[in-house]
Amino acid sequence: MVNFIIDGKKIKAEKGTMVLEAARSNGIDIPTLCAHESVSRSGACRLCVVEAKKGKRAKIVTSCLYPVEEGIIIETNNERVMNVRRLVLQLLLARCPESDVIQDLAKQLGVDPQPRFTPDGDKGKCILCRSCIRVCEEVVGVSAIGFSCRGADKAIGTPFSEDSAVCIGCGACAFICPTGHIEMETTEETRKIWGRTFKMKSCAVCGRYFAPEDQLKYISKKTGVPMKELAVCTNCR
Amino acid sequence: MKKISTLDDLKSAGDKGMKSLFPRGVKIVVGMATSGIASGADKVYEALQSAIKKRKLPFTLTKTGSMGMDFIEPLVEVIEKDKPRVAYGKMTADKVPQLIGQIVKGAIDKIKPIYRVDEEDIIAKREKKHYLTGIVPEYLQDIPTMYEVPFYKKQVKIATRNCGIIDPESIEEYIARGGYLSLHKALTAMSAEGIIEDVIKSGLRGRGGGGFPTGTKWQSCRRAHGDIKYVICNGDEGDPGAYMDRSVMEGDPHSVIEGMIIGAYAVGAQEGYIYVRNEYPLAVANLTKAIADARSSCLLGKNILGTSFNFDIKISKGAGAFVCGESTALMASLEGKAGEPRAKYIHTVEHGLWDRPTNLNNVETWANVPVIISRGGKWFSEIGVPHSTGTKVFSLVGKINNIGLVEVPMGIPLKDIVYDIGGGIPGGKKFKAVQTGGPSGGCIPATMMNLSVDFDALWEAGSMMGSGGMIVMDEKTCMVDLARYFIEFLVSESCGKCTPCREGVRRMNDILHDICAGKGKVGDVEMLEAMAIGIKDGSLCALGGSAPNPVLSTIKYFRAEYDAHIKQKRCPAAVCRALIKYEISAKKCTGCTVCAKKCPSACISGVKKKAHKIDQTKCIKCGICMESCKFNAITVK
Repeated sequence: MVNFIIDGKKIKAEKGTMVLEAARSNGIDIPTLCAHESVSRSGACRLCVVEAKKGKRAKIVTSCLYPVEEGIIIETNNERVMNVRRLVLQLLLARCPESDVIQDLAKQLGVDPQPRFTPDGDKGKCILCRSCIRVCEEVVGVSAIGFSCRGADKAIGTPFSEDSAVCIGCGACAFICPTGHIEMETTEETRKIWGRTFKMKSCAVCGRYFAPEDQLKYISKKTGVPMKELAVCTNCR
Repeated sequence: MKKISTLDDLKSAGDKGMKSLFPRGVKIVVGMATSGIASGADKVYEALQSAIKKRKLPFTLTKTGSMGMDFIEPLVEVIEKDKPRVAYGKMTADKVPQLIGQIVKGAIDKIKPIYRVDEEDIIAKREKKHYLTGIVPEYLQDIPTMYEVPFYKKQVKIATRNCGIIDPESIEEYIARGGYLSLHKALTAMSAEGIIEDVIKSGLRGRGGGGFPTGTKWQSCRRAHGDIKYVICNGDEGDPGAYMDRSVMEGDPHSVIEGMIIGAYAVGAQEGYIYVRNEYPLAVANLTKAIADARSSCLLGKNILGTSFNFDIKISKGAGAFVCGESTALMASLEGKAGEPRAKYIHTVEHGLWDRPTNLNNVETWANVPVIISRGGKWFSEIGVPHSTGTKVFSLVGKINNIGLVEVPMGIPLKDIVYDIGGGIPGGKKFKAVQTGGPSGGCIPATMMNLSVDFDALWEAGSMMGSGGMIVMDEKTCMVDLARYFIEFLVSESCGKCTPCREGVRRMNDILHDICAGKGKVGDVEMLEAMAIGIKDGSLCALGGSAPNPVLSTIKYFRAEYDAHIKQKRCPAAVCRALIKYEISAKKCTGCTVCAKKCPSACISGVKKKAHKIDQTKCIKCGICMESCKFNAITVK
């Protein structure tokens, strides 16, 4: 076990625990946008920064990636930390003026939009946190989406923005997206995502449309469970 | 190629190298680094080749890397037995017959040499090479020696010891100057720990920018757990105006390779990579040849120098992203992923390339290693200043007379580089500042001319050593425009992973553009400073963390210029187009009509032999009129 301090509170945690988890399991809240329990971490959004003091040196670190250390003193909301968080939120507000998630978070932390930043109109609600890419790669295992370009022009999408042949329409990307940027439209029989329309399968028992056919085929192929058994929705199984 | 496995093999390869370095009869060497070729050295080479052939002269003609004096390229050196080595600058194909005539005659006619070399130190071999025997021939007596020329006087060449001397394609010439002797010493007479100890003792710090102690890094990598370890050479030099590493890779590729083999032996690696940008085709070609030659001589591969040590190097060509110079982004790129950095809380010496312990150093750092092993850490540590030992290679560019590649001892005063080596500012203009460390560094104003050029002093001044680009600016440089230029570069080179760098630097860029366009608002400077703190603290990698430096340092030293732009809507250096006005003085204008004819927007009117006038509404502020006026009648404010 490692002993350390977060916001004045003495804390013990197992070696290898990230500061974010250690704080949260002790009732200390650190705001995040890109850290999701289902996917690996990138440290891209920078909202979860905290100050870590080791001896005389104090530095800003990313709590979602920083493993706890013996004797370290963490402060999660001092002025230096808030200065970074404020800037990050103001930058995200200007990038995604439509995002209610970012607006709510800004309100919660008492951050106002910076009038000197002209709001963008072309970035949608995407903060480039890459949770969607990671869930598609690490959990689903198809890697249908990825980045194009770099810097401010960086964007999420299918390769060359063409219809993806490997996308199974599972919607995990839309589900994990913290800001609701990824558009997915599901009617009874169809689901539209990333420009493709997927045919939905109805449950053999209750008749409810419950999953895209492509997704069921993919699961069957990957797990060896015959399609017949997958034709029943989770409620009726 | 003959296998080299013993000291005797090395000696006989070295003897062969000596013969090609100093053949019987006259040898003409052309500086054929990229800088030379860009100035037309290839044409000079061809002209020499055909002239020698035509006159059936028993001359040898070879190529070499950068000699350093880029301001008088193409450079040609002539070596004759028992005579000083003689260098000629600003050669052209037209001058070739004349030069050949002079050599045949043994006299100086129209083409005057720039320096002669009577003798020189072969630093890795602890020997002196005497070119001259007896007395200096009469016709060369007025020519200064290389060490008397101000450009070279204060230079000490360690990393660039062979650049501009050997043929970079010849492994024998490299060996003739002490090459691979350090490797032999390291593998046969030193333990891995002993090598690391010597490198620690040398005080060598990473030449890529951060200045991390090299020996300490090696030690951590050696101590890291894992059977498979890697060494990497970072040749992804990407700062505007920097070409030190390119010059070393082009001019002396074996120095990098030898350094890497020694490093690999010390940390326990069996595989190495050189990551070099594909925009450096000559560096890639010379490195490829050097690796192939080293491999066929058994200096790379299995059982190096007859020991049980195995090591090989592969070249990986980068697509030219600035961010791939950052170690973790470079490793991601090597793995075939997008070049994006990751948080370094877990060090790359423990979990680097493919999650294995990896030791990464930059080109110049590796090139220093063989000399440290040959001369000892103590010898190296006595050069420079206590916490910044050895030398540093700089590419001296911008508004300076002597543009070129220079290597100076650490701790040299900045003014010595600018005035003695650099020869001052052209056109009698005033020296204003130097940008060191590229876009991640900052500017050092003229008032700090006595600053010691070392890691810590530059850091304290708000800049950094960086990889060694040194851009000199004169009074005609607008510091706000300069900050805007570097920030714009960083915007286009940001990988886009983390918010502060991707979004923050672009917003800083917007503000700087506004200021340069006369749309700056009171409070903008304070806003930039506040943003800079957030970006420095909040960015994921060191490149994001250092991105605001050009803005911060120009604000620190040239705040008045920002204020002039914002409050008075005036650009004191007369650079920012939105804020300047070209005017013709009625008193001085002779009505020669040259400016009116040259003006691309036809906004200058007037009668011949009478004063002319500029229509401000049509003027595009290109400055062509001012350049074309022979009577200094046009001013810009």
